[in-house]
Amino acid sequence: MSEQPSQGSADYGPDSSTRARATEYWRRNIRYVGMLLIVWFVVSYGFGIIAVEPLDTVTVPGTGFPLGFWFAQQGAIYVFVVLIFVYVFLMNRLDREFDLREEDDV
Amino acid sequence: MSVQSWTFLLVAASFTLYIGIAVWSRATSTKDFYVAGTGVSPLANGMATAADWMSAASFISMAGLISFMGYDGAVYLMGWTGGYVLLALLLAPYLRKFGAFTVPDFVGDRYYSQTARIVAVVCAIFVSFTYVAGQMRGVGVVFSRFLEVDVNVGVYIGMAIVFFYAVLGGMKGITYTQVAQYCVLIFAYLVPAIFLSLLITGNPVPQLGFGDIDQASGISLLERLNGLHQELGFSEYTSGTKSSLDVFFITAALMVGTAGLPHVIIRFYTVPRVRDARLSVGWALIFIALLYTTAPAVAVFARTNLINSVSEVPYAQVPEWFTTWEGTGLLSFEDLNGDGRIQFVGPDAPTANELTVDNDIMVLANPEIAGLPNWVIGLVAAGGLAAALSTAAGLLLVVSSAVSHDLLKRSFMPEITERGELVAARISAGAAVLVAGYLGINPPGFVAQVVAFAFGLAAASFFPVIILGIFSKRTTREGAILGMVSGITLTAAYIAYFTLLHPELNNADNWWFGISPQGIGTVGMLLNFAITLTVSRFTPEPPPEVQQLVEMIRVPKGAGAVHEIST
Repeated sequence: MSEQPSQGSADYGPDSSTRARATEYWRRNIRYVGMLLIVWFVVSYGFGIIAVEPLDTVTVPGTGFPLGFWFAQQGAIYVFVVLIFVYVFLMNRLDREFDLREEDDV
Repeated sequence: MSVQSWTFLLVAASFTLYIGIAVWSRATSTKDFYVAGTGVSPLANGMATAADWMSAASFISMAGLISFMGYDGAVYLMGWTGGYVLLALLLAPYLRKFGAFTVPDFVGDRYYSQTARIVAVVCAIFVSFTYVAGQMRGVGVVFSRFLEVDVNVGVYIGMAIVFFYAVLGGMKGITYTQVAQYCVLIFAYLVPAIFLSLLITGNPVPQLGFGDIDQASGISLLERLNGLHQELGFSEYTSGTKSSLDVFFITAALMVGTAGLPHVIIRFYTVPRVRDARLSVGWALIFIALLYTTAPAVAVFARTNLINSVSEVPYAQVPEWFTTWEGTGLLSFEDLNGDGRIQFVGPDAPTANELTVDNDIMVLANPEIAGLPNWVIGLVAAGGLAAALSTAAGLLLVVSSAVSHDLLKRSFMPEITERGELVAARISAGAAVLVAGYLGINPPGFVAQVVAFAFGLAAASFFPVIILGIFSKRTTREGAILGMVSGITLTAAYIAYFTLLHPELNNADNWWFGISPQGIGTVGMLLNFAITLTVSRFTPEPPPEVQQLVEMIRVPKGAGAVHEIST
């Protein structure tokens, strides 16, 4: 097979400044992922499951949805979609900042 | 036109479309066959992923399940969507950068071990076949109900169609067929939902409609449904009956299982770049969410309609759909108190329940119950078939590539030529279709229970090993193999104990900490993580080239370099 992964490492130079930059890039990436996963956990497991009973005492204004029920069957899903697009935005910005954006002419 | 003519027309038109696409997008290389030449746009891949992911279970069964489970149905809604966040943030971009053809490819190379590769192949094949049997059965059920052919004939027709485009087109054919199938299935799902929402609440958006005012009673629809439930002795619709802990573990097992399923992961190998892989997961979830946020609305409409149209109705005056579905055996009535009326009541009611309704008929029968036009009913049949066929094709491709690529090319016949590998891929895809068809016609008695294995296994085997392979350089071959084996063994043993060996003990009193077999995958996953991390600490660290490989997949630049085919 012509495309074993080792080929890709051509772009990853051995010199120490590139390595340091890659480490910093990775550190920022982990921070973004960590923040987004906290939100992911809070809206689904937090609002939709653990805190569902207290939240159900409130009704979503203008509708008949108990709030916890709404998070479990609607809200969490909307937030999931938003989280992925926020991640795409943050990572694209990070790629440009570290000059790691892939070439467009594929 | 009658329901049957409409169904024939719409099903035939959609099948012609799929075959046309398959002929147009034939695969000419193994790269076309396995990963569609990595030239799929993120949007198209998102749509294909959505069709691949949403099976007969999502389309036909899910809304019905939710309408019986009420709040507890949220485990499916959150569980089968939340996994995409994990895929986007933790898996898809890195696996795309790695640039493999299959999931066992990654496991084998990252863990520098043939044993790890073979363990992964066995898991991938087992998970996929478990799943595919259910799809073929779904095809058969739709055919038998709407076209009044025998279930087995339905399975043969489904096999012939899948055979044609999966064997001919490989991933390339499947991808573009799935795009068409997504359009068919989402249209077929939304049209009746919008009709129902307008009929019941006057709101054209089902997602808002089920929280709106019920036009018949003038109070909020959910309040009305809760009232009906209380009156008839069911538990309140908007609160659940499962324990919070169990809901938590089931949701987690489904989420993590989703992120670990090989036919889903493999889709993100087909896009040109790492950033396309990230974006593509976002598109996929939008397309999935469109159906998944509609399903709970359909569930509420269906439940209300069902209660209104059957409760206390004299059996002699039941509507026509009631009699048609009675004929399939999926709906049955037994007049226990001999009053000639249908008592449809819950466990808390003073009288006995006389009506048994199968979950699976709710979506299919819904348009008939609500008296929607005949073409809508035909459309639902075409949509159900699109959902089942698209998922079956994606799963068969995983089986075929596991055999031709992972077992032949990478393990036992490394000298095989490109042409030979492509022939082997087509033959194994063909053989997989036959096995799937056999399982569809002769379903093992425990098929329903075994489907739980697919998620549990994927959660307990692939997910931790892939995540640690990316996020922890120190994870070793020994750790990964022991982790996968122990995770699977625990999960499989727990499920088998409660569903196959001792079904009579399958209740909350006997479960560990009240965790049901559906949720045990989460425990298996935690065990896998713990064992992999611990063993890795006490075994020699991975060779330097593997550590370099891990550093390489963490940065996006460079994945584009491997392309020969442009978009």
